[in-house]
Order: sequence, then structure tokens, then C-alpha cells
Amino acid sequence: MASGVKPRVKVPKTASAGETITIKTLISHKMESGQRKDDDGNIIPRSIINRFTADFNGQNVIDVTLEPAISTNPYFQFEAVVPESGEFTFTWYDDDGDVYDTSKKIEVS
Amino acid sequence: MKLTRRNLLILSSAGVAATAMGSLPAFASLTDDAITELTGGAALGEGAITLTAPEIAENGNTVPIEVDAPGAVAITLFADGNPVPNVATFKFGPLSASRSASTRIRLATTQNVVAIAQMEDGSFQKASANIKVTIGGCGG
Repeated sequence: MASGVKPRVKVPKTASAGETITIKTLISHKMESGQRKDDDGNIIPRSIINRFTADFNGQNVIDVTLEPAISTNPYFQFEAVVPESGEFTFTWYDDDGDVYDTSKKIEVS
Repeated sequence: MKLTRRNLLILSSAGVAATAMGSLPAFASLTDDAITELTGGAALGEGAITLTAPEIAENGNTVPIEVDAPGAVAITLFADGNPVPNVATFKFGPLSASRSASTRIRLATTQNVVAIAQMEDGSFQKASANIKVTIGGCGG
């Protein structure tokens, strides 16, 4: 499923050095579990995002392994420390091999 | 005991109850197996991990879950009533502030959600919560 996938991330624009910030991420994805059946009784094949990572200036913040039990439009909220100005990169890995990413800059004053 | 209609009713209802009881540990053991695989059979501590979940979830398709385990390197979530017990694994990197995360999960039916945290010293912590689900979230 490569259509209609849109990552959305909420990161504060500024922070002070060493501050803890809260990050919220959401990606639109139907997360087909592989358990459902269509009208004819055929199993709809699994199609999910199986991994999500968040990094800051190349250092890892969180690495999540997703299973089919994660809801449609996977949402994650977590906290990160920002030692200096830089860029967060968020990456989602799809079952079909697609990789979606987005990045957010943050200024440390 | 004579096989009267009343006795027959008692017998059959007892049988149904026994079958129902029998099916529960089957699910639980699937989760237990997954937990044993993760921990290698190590003892599970309690107290250093918090699992925040609603008592009643109206919609099993999106149940908000929050885990918090200070000092954890990884947290794994299991749902013992789902067709596949594994839910998600959070691995925390060097820039993770608090070892907490929240997400939304699917629950097929009323069941226990179990969180296992692997701590920095290699020990494991466990927390679980029973969630009543009004409408299941696995389709079909």
C-alpha cells in the first residue's frame, strides 16, 4: 500500500539544551492485520508498517517493532532529550518494502 | 444419580463451563510462551513498570495504552486474548528521555494486556492490566 500514506509529526520548534520534549507521530496507514476476511470469505493479506524509528542527529531515540495488533494509523508518543540544535528524522518501514520518512528541525537556545 | 431432565441440565451446563475454563489457559499459555521466549525464563519483578490502560474500551480497534518503566532498555507489549499475542516492542535509544511511550492497539476481546520491560541490568519487570472490550477489533 503505497497510496495515501502521510506521516505527521509534532515536535516543538525550540527547546533549551538538555530539555525533555514530547514528540507525537502519526502516519495514515490502514494496517491490514491479515486476520480479516472479505465478503467472499477470503483472507485479506497482511499489510502493515512493521518498524518505526526516531533519530536525532544520527542518535537513536526510539525503535519500535509493530505487530498487526497496532491500530490503523499508527500513533506514537514518546519523550526525547535534545542536547543541541539539529534535526529529528522519523522513518516508517512498510511490509511491502516502502520506507516513509519525514524530518523536523529544532533550535536549541 | 438417576438421569432425570434436571440432572441432565446440570451436567451439560457444567460441561460448558469446563470447556470455557479450558479455553482460557490456552490463550494465556500462548502469551506465556512468548514471554518465556523473551525473558529466557528469568524471574519477573514488579513495581518498576507502569502500564496505563482504560478499564473499559468501547472500541477494540483503538485502545490507548501507555507504558512507563524508568531504567528500561526495551518494553514489549502482549495481549493474551488476541490471535497473535505480540503487540509491539519499544527499544529506547541514548536520546530517549523517559522510558515511556504511548500508542493505540487493537484488542479482539476482553483480555489482559501485559507489558514486559527489560531493564539496564538485564532483569525483567512485568505489569498487566485487564481491559474490558465492548466491540472487538479484529474484524471478521
